[in-house]
Formats: sequence, C-alpha cells, structure tokens
Amino acid sequence: MRDSVRYRDFDWTMLLVVLAICSLGITEIYSATHKSALAGMHWRQLWWVLMGMGCMLVISRIDYHKILDQSPLLYLLGLGLLVLVLIPGVGHMRFGSRSWLPVGGVNFQPSELVKLIIIIVLARFFSEVRTERLTLVDLAKVGMLTGLPVGLILLQPDLGTAMMTVPIAAVGAYLAGIQWKHVVAFVLIGALLLPVSWYLLKPYQQERIHAFLRPEANPRGSGYQTLQAKIAVGSGGFWGKGIGKGSQNQLGFVPVRWSDFIIAALAEEMGFAGVLVTLLLYMFLLLRLVQNAQRAKDRAGMYIVMGVAAVLGVHVFVNVGMMIGYVPVTGIPLPLMSYGGSSTLSVFLALGLVMNVRMKRFVN
Amino acid sequence: MGNDQKLPQGRLAMASYFIFGVTLLLLIGFWKLQIIQSEHYTQLAERNRIRTLPVIAPRGKMLDREGRVLVDTYPSFSVLLLREDQKLLEQSLPLVAEGLGMPIEEIQQQIEASQNIPKFQPLEIKPEASPADVAFIESHRADLPVLELLLVHRRRYPADGFLAHAVGYVGEVSEKQVDGSNGKLRPGDFVGKSGLERQYNEILMGTDGMRRVVVNSVGKEVEQPEYTEATAGKPIKLTIDYDLQVVAEAALAGKKGAVVALDPRTGEVLAMSSHPAPDPNIFAVRVSREEWQRLNDDPDRPLLNRAIQAQLAPGSVFKVAMATAMLESKAIPENFSVYCPGYADFYGRMFKCHVYGKGGHGQVELHKAVVQSCDVFFYNVGKRLGIDRIAYYASQLGLGRRTGIDLPGEETGLVPSEEWKRRVFKQPWYAGETISVAVGQGATIATPLQLARMVGGVALGGVFRQPHLLLEYKAPREERFPLGENTTEKVTQAMFGVVNEGGTAAGSRLEGIEFCGKTGTAQLISGEGLKKAGRQRRFTDNAWFVGYAPRRNPEILVAVLVEHGEHGSSAAPVARDIIKAYYDKKGARQKQQFTVEYKRYEVGEQAALAQNKSNAPAR
Repeated sequence: MRDSVRYRDFDWTMLLVVLAICSLGITEIYSATHKSALAGMHWRQLWWVLMGMGCMLVISRIDYHKILDQSPLLYLLGLGLLVLVLIPGVGHMRFGSRSWLPVGGVNFQPSELVKLIIIIVLARFFSEVRTERLTLVDLAKVGMLTGLPVGLILLQPDLGTAMMTVPIAAVGAYLAGIQWKHVVAFVLIGALLLPVSWYLLKPYQQERIHAFLRPEANPRGSGYQTLQAKIAVGSGGFWGKGIGKGSQNQLGFVPVRWSDFIIAALAEEMGFAGVLVTLLLYMFLLLRLVQNAQRAKDRAGMYIVMGVAAVLGVHVFVNVGMMIGYVPVTGIPLPLMSYGGSSTLSVFLALGLVMNVRMKRFVN
Repeated sequence: MGNDQKLPQGRLAMASYFIFGVTLLLLIGFWKLQIIQSEHYTQLAERNRIRTLPVIAPRGKMLDREGRVLVDTYPSFSVLLLREDQKLLEQSLPLVAEGLGMPIEEIQQQIEASQNIPKFQPLEIKPEASPADVAFIESHRADLPVLELLLVHRRRYPADGFLAHAVGYVGEVSEKQVDGSNGKLRPGDFVGKSGLERQYNEILMGTDGMRRVVVNSVGKEVEQPEYTEATAGKPIKLTIDYDLQVVAEAALAGKKGAVVALDPRTGEVLAMSSHPAPDPNIFAVRVSREEWQRLNDDPDRPLLNRAIQAQLAPGSVFKVAMATAMLESKAIPENFSVYCPGYADFYGRMFKCHVYGKGGHGQVELHKAVVQSCDVFFYNVGKRLGIDRIAYYASQLGLGRRTGIDLPGEETGLVPSEEWKRRVFKQPWYAGETISVAVGQGATIATPLQLARMVGGVALGGVFRQPHLLLEYKAPREERFPLGENTTEKVTQAMFGVVNEGGTAAGSRLEGIEFCGKTGTAQLISGEGLKKAGRQRRFTDNAWFVGYAPRRNPEILVAVLVEHGEHGSSAAPVARDIIKAYYDKKGARQKQQFTVEYKRYEVGEQAALAQNKSNAPAR
C-alpha cells in the first residue's frame, strides 16, 4: 500500500517533459554525429539517460531529511573531491581545465556533484534560519559555504561551472528574505569590482568577452564560435533545414554541436518551431519545479527543489543565451540535451531529490 | 509543523513569472535571428560552405605551318596548403615538410609572406608536385586535410631555346594586368608575358571553368554541387617552318646574333631565331627571383629578341637603299663612277674604304660598288644625294619605323635626317655625317627584320608585305613604293653579283640557285651609343648578311646578324644554309619525299603520358 501511494505521487508529468527533452537531445546528437567519427554517440547518451533514471529512482526513495542530516559529511566529501581533482596526475586536464576524475574508466566531473551538495547544504542552512529576514551574518555564512567550493572550482580553472553555483545561493537568499539594501549593496560592490576582475580574467576569457561584445570584429578568430552558432541559428528559419540537413551542423561549422552548442544545431535543423517546442518544454519543467516547491512539506524541501530549479534554469538561460549572443561563450552544457555522462547523471540526481520532496509531502 | 515552516508563496509565484519572462526573452532572441534576419544568415551559411575553385583551362598549342607541335601543355599538380584551421596547420607542418621534401622553414616563410591574403584562399606551396608528392597527399587525405592538389596545365616549350624569342613565355599575371582586364583575369592566372604568347594571349588562353564545392569547417571538400567545364584555349598555327627553324638554330649555334627567314611575297616568317636564348620552360612554373635577375643582368642580354629588338648600324647592307635611292632619284647618272684608292677625303677628313691598307677598288661604278661593297663610291653618292634624299628613300623602304610584325616590343630603328638632329640634339646637321650615313654607319640603325623587309621589297620591285608569324593572319598590310624596272633590275643584279661574281659573299655560292644578297659590317651601337654615333668609334664589328633567292620575285629571304662576327662573310653561310634547306625541301616535296625528317619533340610522347596521368582521379 505504501509503495502504490509512492508511485501515484511520482511526478509523471514532469518525467514525461524530461524524457521529451532528452529525446530531442538524442535526436540532435544523432543528427550531429552520425556522419562523423563520433557516430553512435546517441546510443551512449541514451544509456546515460537510462542510468540517470535509475539514479533518480534510488534518490527519490531515500528520505531527503536523512540526506540533509548528512550535509556536513557531504560538504567535506565535495571539498575533498575538488581538492583531489586539482592534484596533477589524479585530476585529468581537458579543454585546458583540470576538472576530470577518472572513476572506473569513465571521466567524471566532481564539480557537477558539488552543485548538488551545495543545493543540499544551503537548503539545510536556509531552513534553519528562523527569522523572516536574512541578516548580514547569515549572508556571510552563505558566502562562506558557497565561496569555498566555488573558489576551488575556479582553481581548475572552470569559470563557467563556478558561476553556475552562485544562483543556488542567490535564489535561496531571495526566498529566505534578503533585504533590499543588501541587494543594492552587492550590486554596487559588484559594479565596482568589475574593472578589477577584468584583470583577473585569463587572456582567453577576455578574448571571449571581446568576441561576445563584437563577434564580427574577428570572424576567423575568437568570434568564430559565436558567429558560426548565430549563422546556424539564423539560417534555420522557421521550419529549419530538416534533421541531418543543416550545413552548419553537418559540415562542422558549429563547434561541439553534440554538446555545448546542441541548441544551435537544433535551431538550424528544426528551425524556430523546434526551438519554440524545446524552450516551452524547459519552461514547463521549471514551472513544474516551482509548483513542486510550493507544495513541499517544509522549507528544507522547498529550498532543495528551488536550488535544483536555479541550477537548471541558469544552465538553460546561459547555454541558450550564448547561441543568440545574449551571453558570452561559456563551456557549460544544456541540461538533459547535451551529450555527457556527468551532466546527465547529475541532472537526474537533482530531479531525484525533487521527486523525493514531492513524495514526502503526503507522508507524515 | 510550526508556523516557521510556512513557505514564502509570494516569492515562489514571482519565480514563476520570472521563468516565464526569461523564456519569452530567449524566444524573442531566436525570433530575431531565425525569422527577421534569416535571409542574412542563410547567405552567410551558404558562403561558409561553398567555395569556388578555378578549373584551369589549358592554353592553346602552337603549331608550325605544317601542323607540327611546337609548344603545348602538360597537366601538372600544384600542392595547395589550406590555412583556415591555424591549430591543425601548425600540427601538420612537420609531416607536410617531410612528406613533400621541403624544409619546414621554407613553408613557414611562405605562410608568413601570405599573412595578408584571406585565410580561406589556399596557398600554393609547391607548384610542381612530383608523382611521389601526389602519392603522399593521396595516401594522407585522412590525417593531413591541410593539403590539397590542384590540376594545372603547364606550358611546355621546345628545349634549348628553340624559337624561344618568337614564342615568348607565360608568367603570373601582374596586378596591373588584373586591374586592366575588366575582371577577365584573376591573380594567379598565367598569361603571355612576351612574344606570341603575349600577342595572341586572348586566343591561347581559353576560359577557366569553375568548381563550386561544399567544404566543411576545416576547408575540406565534401561534395561537388556545380561544375563548369573549362574552355581550352585555341591553338594557333604559325608561319614558322619547323625544318627551316631547325637549320636556323643550328646555323646560329654558338654565335650571338639573330636570323629571320621570310617569304617576301607574303610576309610569312619561316624562321626566327635569336641567340643567346633563354629556356622559356623556366618561366612555365615559377621563375625564381635570382633566375630572373640573372637573365636580366646577363651582359649578353638573352631576353632580347635580336631579330626585332637589336638596333644596330646596318653597315653596307644600307648600300641597297643607297643604290635604290641613286637610281630612283636620278640625281646621279646611272653610269656614275669614281676612283677608289682605298680612302677618300671629305670636308677635311679622311674616310676609309673597307679595303684601306690593302689597296683600293680602282675605278668603280654602281654594280661593282655593290658587289665589292666599295665605301668610297657610296661616300660620293651620299654626298651628291644629300641627307634628306637618303632619309626619304630609306624611310620609304621601311627603315626607321616598325615593320608591324605581330610580336610585342618591336623596335623602330632610326634613319637620321637634318630635321631629326635638330629635334633631338638641337644641333645643325654636319655634312660629314652624311658621308657616314651613306655606308650605313653614323646614327643609322636598323633591326634584322627591317633589313629583311627592305631587301625583299626592293627585289619585288617595291612591294612590302607586313611580316607576320600567325599563319591565318588577316590581311597583312601591303605597302607599295613602286620602283622603276631599271632600278630593280640593276640592284638585284648587283646583289646576285655579291654571291655569284666573286663579291663579298662569294664563299656562300649555291649551285643551281639564284642566291643573291648583300653583306654588311658595322659597329655595335647600343641605346646609349646613339649619342656618340657621330664619332666613328670602332667597336668589335658586327656581321650582317641579307640574302635571298631567286633574284627576282624571291620566295625566301634570310637576314642574318652575327654580333662581333667581324665581317659580313661570316653571316652569309647562315643564310646559305637556310636557303639551301629551303630548296632541298622544295625539291623533295616535288619528288614526293622528304629529306629532312621531322624529329618530333618529346612533346608528343610526354603529352600522351601526361594524358594518362590526368585521367587518374584528381581528388
């Protein structure tokens, strides 16, 4: 009886939306790679999705309060992995960042797991704040908890992933009742630090920002990726060129079209219609997450679900935004669509937490 | 659960609106790109993937008058380096250098030198790929995508500078030519740079076709959606007779000078040779700067086509013009005669005859003066005619102006006159200068071709046909300066005597052929030497001979210049060889058999080989 209740409470609608997004991703991975040396990649992605669903099921069965109780241990585990990955010889360099750990023949990114840990740690922290308003001391604690792993990720260096964890804290603080004067102060300080941080950026990162601001200035150099992605998107038109028929995609003008730039490949081959469907699916998923948060049994559950929503939302926004020139090129994947084991698994783990929270709302 | 577990529903609702808003924002961005600017990006995508490559048209062949191949083309591969993917390029360079057997520094230099050329234009790093290079590139298609082969057609010229000057050579088009071509020429095209290659470039060149290929992001071709065949250049048939050309080249071998053989009745040039000659094949690929410099700095000036560009004092060959002027003007009686003691005094200065020191010619009239080439006789004729009359007749016989041959760069020569001296030097004419001019010295200069045209015209009674090299030349210009029958008869008789009556070319007599001609010996006058022309400074003598047969209405005429040949009698044998060959061939043709066998240039064989090679897939 207990089990049947659980499966009825499972968020089948959300799962349907998730699987729809995954199948769009697998289709596009197939289209982008079937003629190249990477042919067969879509099967591997399908495998990751199935694995992810398995993980989701497992996570959804563990009471999230038990997970919250382990948050200090998880936090230390996360920091440990981030330190481990920095050690040359242990962590693997890829695309200029030492952010990969080889585990059983598969490379996985500890930073993906650390995002989940930060969600749990912050959920516990915010749920224990008893006041309606966050004090500066609370904010400082949030800053410490988030800043430590973010700093370690920056050392890899992986600016993109590091930035993706910040919204978890921001959304949590918003929901916990951050004071407007603090927001204004942070924005001002940030604006003042902007020129300073420019000099802290690596030359390639400065290049990317240049390329973002003026991609046409150097179409064969740093602006190449942005411009080629835009050409792919723009030339797709309303109905697209057809799956497997996008020249930008098939001829390899779109960089890493099966992964970070998958939405450009989709936009070219499925057109605005395909983009509309995809973005509506994502919007529906995010709105569903918010709805699950609204119906959570307690604040801790709400913070977990909204942390997941924050991470997913910001990934979608940044990844999709860089195709159309809203955001500088950053090496982050599109959740559930981009090819990649670490990314796919961590998204399903996060969704497992959401399921977990949802199913607990009927249990006392 | 206590009150503290109440959820901030308001803030959560705000989050929903935020998600909705951001989605809308993203959709607006896509709408802008995919709907509003769709056309723009579609064009960019097309330009991205489609690259237009030329399909090089082979140049037309050059054939001799009997259709034998003189110049043709052979297919060859150029190695192209694709530079679009900088990283891939750098990685591949060591293997590329090793595979092509080129020092890596040389390739790097070439890449460096073409920094300003757009990256999507491939770089031609090795113009003449060896079969080993082709095999290397074919077998490394997968791992060395930066290399590509382009089929080109290289010019193949006869070896050893055979007919080199008349044929000319091709070279990469200059920026100026590209600009002036109304888009017909593109940088990198090969065009005729000199000689017939330049003159008939438009016929020979053909139209390049084009290949529009789809390329991937590293510039590799993946499919061919469009192909326009190249239109091959048309062949041209020349007036040149291969057999006579062979004789001309052989007769001039080891000498410095020029030969031009033509049919004065039509103006068709049968043979044209200038020595020393460059090997035009070195221009067919890519002439190195050092090679080019060496050719230009060579004091023997191998690039000069002496047949039309050597402007030298004609020496005693000019006496043909003098004799004609004397008889035509009737200013001097026909039977005018002088006594030649080996020299003569004019205006207080002594002018030597060429026999000075070995006695004199004794009593001399016109016939003997031409046969023996007596200077003293013509000094007197010159003095009596005066410079303006000499200038008039010389000009009428075609000296001092271009013959109009269908070759670029023909020089004009010069016939001095009072008016000319006033205009150029702002000085009056000195009577003494006329005496020098009368024997083809002084400021008088002419090219071998001009002298050929003059003598041929006189022998034809005053009909001058425009010399030309294209067999189907449309209506060669004909000039008439009708000479009296008496004049033609007397002058040609005298030229017959030069060869056949113990004259200055007696050693070149040909049995059974009415071989006539006139020898000449003259100092070399270069461009700057012109100014010193008034002074009788002696350089090493140049030898001239203009000979023809038969005496009246000649079929073949040969003008020969041998620089530093000392005397005209050293030039006469060259003409004799050619005229003999002409008659041998004519006799053989009448007997339906050829004595001169056509030694086919390796052109035919290699072309056949190359044909097989070109059938192999180019990609």
